[in-house]
Amino acid sequence: MEHIRTTKVEQVKLLDRFSTSNKSLTGTLYLTATHLLFIDSHQKETWILHHHIALVEKLALTTSGCPLVIQCKNFRIVHFIVPRERDCHDIYNSLLQLSKQAKYEDLYAFSYNPKQNDSERLQGWQLIDLAEEYKRMGVPNSNWQLSDANREYKICETYPRELYVPRIASKPIIVGSSKFRSKGRFPVLSYYHQNKEAAICRCSQPLSGFSARCLEDEHLLQAISKANPVNRYMYVMDTRPKLNAMANRAAGKGYENEDNYSNIRFQFVGIENIHVMRSSLQKLLEVNGTKGLSVSDFYSGLESSGWLRHIKAVMDAAIFLAKAIMVENASVLVHCSDGWDRTSQVCSLGSLLLDSYYRTIKGFMVLIEKDWISFGHKFSERCGHLDGDPKEVSPVFTQFLECVWHLTEQFPQDFEFNEAFLLQIHEHIHSCQFGNFLGNCQKEREELKLKEKTYSLWPFLLDDQKKYLNPLYSSKSPKFAVLEPNTVSFNFKFWRNMYHQFDRTLHPRQSVFNIIMNMNEQNKQLEKDIKDLESKIKQRKNRQTDGILTKELLHSVHPESPTLKTSLCFKEQTLLPVNHALRTIEGSNPADNRYSEYAEEFSKSEPGVVSLEYGVARMTC
Amino acid sequence: MEFSELIRTGRAQAKLLRGPEAPPLRGTLCVTGHHLLLSPGPQATSDLWLLLLRRVDSIEKRVSGDSGTITLRCKDLRVLQLDIEGVEATLDIARSIEALSSLESVITSFPFFYRPKGLRLGDAWHFHPPERYYKRVARETNAWRLSEVNEDFSLCPSYPRAVIVPRAVDDDALARCARFRQGGRFPVLSYHHAPSGTVLLRSSQPLTGPQKRRCAEDEELLRAALAGARPGARGFILDTRSAQAAKQARVTGGGTEAKAAYPGWKRLHRPLERGWPLQESFVRLVEACGDLEQSMDRWLSQLEACHWLAHVKEALSTACLAAQGVGREGACVLVHGAEGTDSTLLVTSLAQLILDPSSRTMAGFQELVEREWIQAGHPFQLRCAHSAFSHARPKHEAPTFLLFLDCVWQLGRQFPLSLEFGEGLLLALFEHAYASPFGTFLCSSEKERCLCEVRTRTHSLWSGLNQPKEQRKLRNPLYVPSPLAIWPSVELQTLRLWQGLFLRWIRPPEPSEVAWEKVWQIVTDKKTEGCEPTVSASEPRL
Repeated sequence: MEHIRTTKVEQVKLLDRFSTSNKSLTGTLYLTATHLLFIDSHQKETWILHHHIALVEKLALTTSGCPLVIQCKNFRIVHFIVPRERDCHDIYNSLLQLSKQAKYEDLYAFSYNPKQNDSERLQGWQLIDLAEEYKRMGVPNSNWQLSDANREYKICETYPRELYVPRIASKPIIVGSSKFRSKGRFPVLSYYHQNKEAAICRCSQPLSGFSARCLEDEHLLQAISKANPVNRYMYVMDTRPKLNAMANRAAGKGYENEDNYSNIRFQFVGIENIHVMRSSLQKLLEVNGTKGLSVSDFYSGLESSGWLRHIKAVMDAAIFLAKAIMVENASVLVHCSDGWDRTSQVCSLGSLLLDSYYRTIKGFMVLIEKDWISFGHKFSERCGHLDGDPKEVSPVFTQFLECVWHLTEQFPQDFEFNEAFLLQIHEHIHSCQFGNFLGNCQKEREELKLKEKTYSLWPFLLDDQKKYLNPLYSSKSPKFAVLEPNTVSFNFKFWRNMYHQFDRTLHPRQSVFNIIMNMNEQNKQLEKDIKDLESKIKQRKNRQTDGILTKELLHSVHPESPTLKTSLCFKEQTLLPVNHALRTIEGSNPADNRYSEYAEEFSKSEPGVVSLEYGVARMTC
Repeated sequence: MEFSELIRTGRAQAKLLRGPEAPPLRGTLCVTGHHLLLSPGPQATSDLWLLLLRRVDSIEKRVSGDSGTITLRCKDLRVLQLDIEGVEATLDIARSIEALSSLESVITSFPFFYRPKGLRLGDAWHFHPPERYYKRVARETNAWRLSEVNEDFSLCPSYPRAVIVPRAVDDDALARCARFRQGGRFPVLSYHHAPSGTVLLRSSQPLTGPQKRRCAEDEELLRAALAGARPGARGFILDTRSAQAAKQARVTGGGTEAKAAYPGWKRLHRPLERGWPLQESFVRLVEACGDLEQSMDRWLSQLEACHWLAHVKEALSTACLAAQGVGREGACVLVHGAEGTDSTLLVTSLAQLILDPSSRTMAGFQELVEREWIQAGHPFQLRCAHSAFSHARPKHEAPTFLLFLDCVWQLGRQFPLSLEFGEGLLLALFEHAYASPFGTFLCSSEKERCLCEVRTRTHSLWSGLNQPKEQRKLRNPLYVPSPLAIWPSVELQTLRLWQGLFLRWIRPPEPSEVAWEKVWQIVTDKKTEGCEPTVSASEPRL
């Protein structure tokens, strides 16, 4: 609280960045310990979590006040005008402090209290159980076993305690291999395909330099290929561009030499590093943040940002992986440099393509827990949770979500969850409201005692799962129904609902999704009603087989059924949430759109001379 | 029949490739006067395959060894490949297709021979006469009348027989107005907005010429339009050319309304692309969509370079501007460009779709297309003679109507509940506008259609589309009537490439179609159960 000087400023204006009429809302700005809150004159509240703030800017003073621009990590951009410069300065300084915390303990998660007792909290944390997940995949089995080598985080600090390795890989081999891998991240199992008996494994780059070898590492790779009874060769996917991998050799790192490893097929897939991705997103946001874009601005901006190219590269890599397993029945080892960014992207997306379980709500949570959280994707650094090195921040996980979104667009019936689910998860990787994404690896999370001091996000999402269900989902697809996305360029689209999620004027005005969801609900309710009625009729019939009575019964039941009533007035109620005074569909207003700049021409009253002329003309005729 | 002279060979053995998903077809290929037939052998189970020759946009032949390959690019953007046995046969078939697909005579075209089962000649041709729309206007206002001054098409060859004009202006004055407007297209009512009482008018450019001629009757007509709306109403003239182009048009006898001559009216210029540049944009977009192997960067730069979405954006925002003038500002709006048969219709028809809920229904939209495009004299015969693949020297081709359909699709995407029809209807209209067994899109004006007796000798597309079996393809299952205007966003972040049309034959039939079927299921489930709950509840009694 010591950072807050001013807690309330009145007469603040909030501008809409895409509205051209320079229309603004006037209201009161409140600064709390966790949020910035704006309440406009219609009592509509805009909450901005301090942790979501990526950038605060104080612009030059104008006649109407001092502009304060806040860019958020969830792509919200708000533009306030504070009447007095002093207030603006206070708020600005407070936000600078509050949005960049130095210690984990100061993050929101440590003070967030959703009114649950300790056992409920613990239950929440136990919702996702990775041991259970490996069991579901079919490990341990005759070829794969649980290794206790990293039980005390002695071999690799950024790996979880529990790791699955080929049964024939002995501890000395594991230890030897880990010494030959960057950050000790030796090859371990990420996903086991029960039908194909093939595995997705992950690791970091080998410390091969120009010529170094490591027999243990070679043995471990051999053990992985031997653990696949069908196919003796395995793929090693280096997800980096070849040039980057070669440059790493000079630093004593690099990639596997095919001559030293028996039965491997080595492949580069060319996903760019975190720095390229960071600046790509930066460019993308710069382009689409401008209002009144021309076609060439938009598409040349989209092109030069390279964002969709990067998304396609990640997707192509995942498809390569899935094909290796499905078509060739080969196991695949994936790595990049440290094996926690691109490797996480490719392994998780690959598994998602292969296994329909990960396309369910619960399964998707498991997938994130496994390939991202437990294997040490550095959420805190990549999301900039603490005031740290800005060069470590990168939208790697956002890209993963975007790839999943593209898949949901291509396969509208194959995912149990909808876009809102992805957006919500994205919201919370930055919110620091829950403990799941805090810290950079499991060891760090244990040290922070997150399970005792914070709450897990997943049970909250699960409680709300109605909001996140895809009404078109057909759950009947078999477990190993593999998705084969088409990655021709025109299948990749700008994800407006992510990057403009708070710019309401850019959205479709009506949501198909809600309507279908409601209809589905009502269909179910109606079916239930029918069953109820039928059983009631049967009951009565048993007592009295009088036709007339049955008719009466129907009459008496009909008006009582509340769902029928709602279904009759359903249309008026849910489909037209409109202000009839305005007579337009909600969110659709000419004043909010680009064409309205010409409206000024309309509203400009005719100059005096013309109206005189007009008067004269009327008189003469 | 003169067709027989153009058919050089009877038949040949061929294999047909229809894109990545459909399996190839083998059989006997046969050219008839209007169709290309492929009949599979007697043992085959699949049906006869049939292609309307008018649908062929360009043809490419290649021979090697003793067989040949013909690539047919169709006006609906489909690409077909025929592998034919025999070099002679290949060349003959190619020549026959070339000759038959480019026949210009209207009365020998297929619609004059098409007699489908279940449809009667003359049906549905009387669905949408101007009189019908006038009846609606007459209920709302008394300021307008139906004039039959153009009964014999002598005033304006591209207008229908009857047009709606201000009651205060008599037929003689109209005749003089017509002489003052290019092609005789004097200002007529396009849409009456009942809530505000104002109107949307359309015309062609005034023939002011270099001497800045004036026409008292024309001025009177526009004055009467304002007076009919309400005393003191203002008007806007929306010129779909740039101010400079409008000025330049004076050299060739055209021009634009002088401010002093039309008190109460204010001129706005919103240039819309037309003619060859629009056609070129279409051609380049289709070219870009055909390249499956291109990198992301190339695709995006091609999408930018073809400028198609810029045209969509411009058309939509101009229509919104017109709609805003009529619906929000309480002003009358007159739209015209040069000839008043292309971008003018684009703007007036889209503006109605935004403002008028009844034009968003299945029947209302068909009426809108009929009234604002077909009867309003959009020269379909010229504009849709060729699509994006033709190598022929372009003359009058321009995808103005396609641009309209694209804009409607964008509206439908932004307001998925507000249009009673779905993408299917738009795709069908695109196909039929370019080549059709029905007569609806034949000719370039009512006058020509009368001369060719289109109404009595061909079937109407509307009767074809309104058959019950077509409905599921054409309707939007989620439609909910709403009395409100729909104001779309025209930001590029919101506009999207119409993949359903431009990539229709390129991408594999997407699972989204399956998903759409599921939406239908959910909706129809609901309707049957929601409406008649008592029926199911009483089942046990039966």
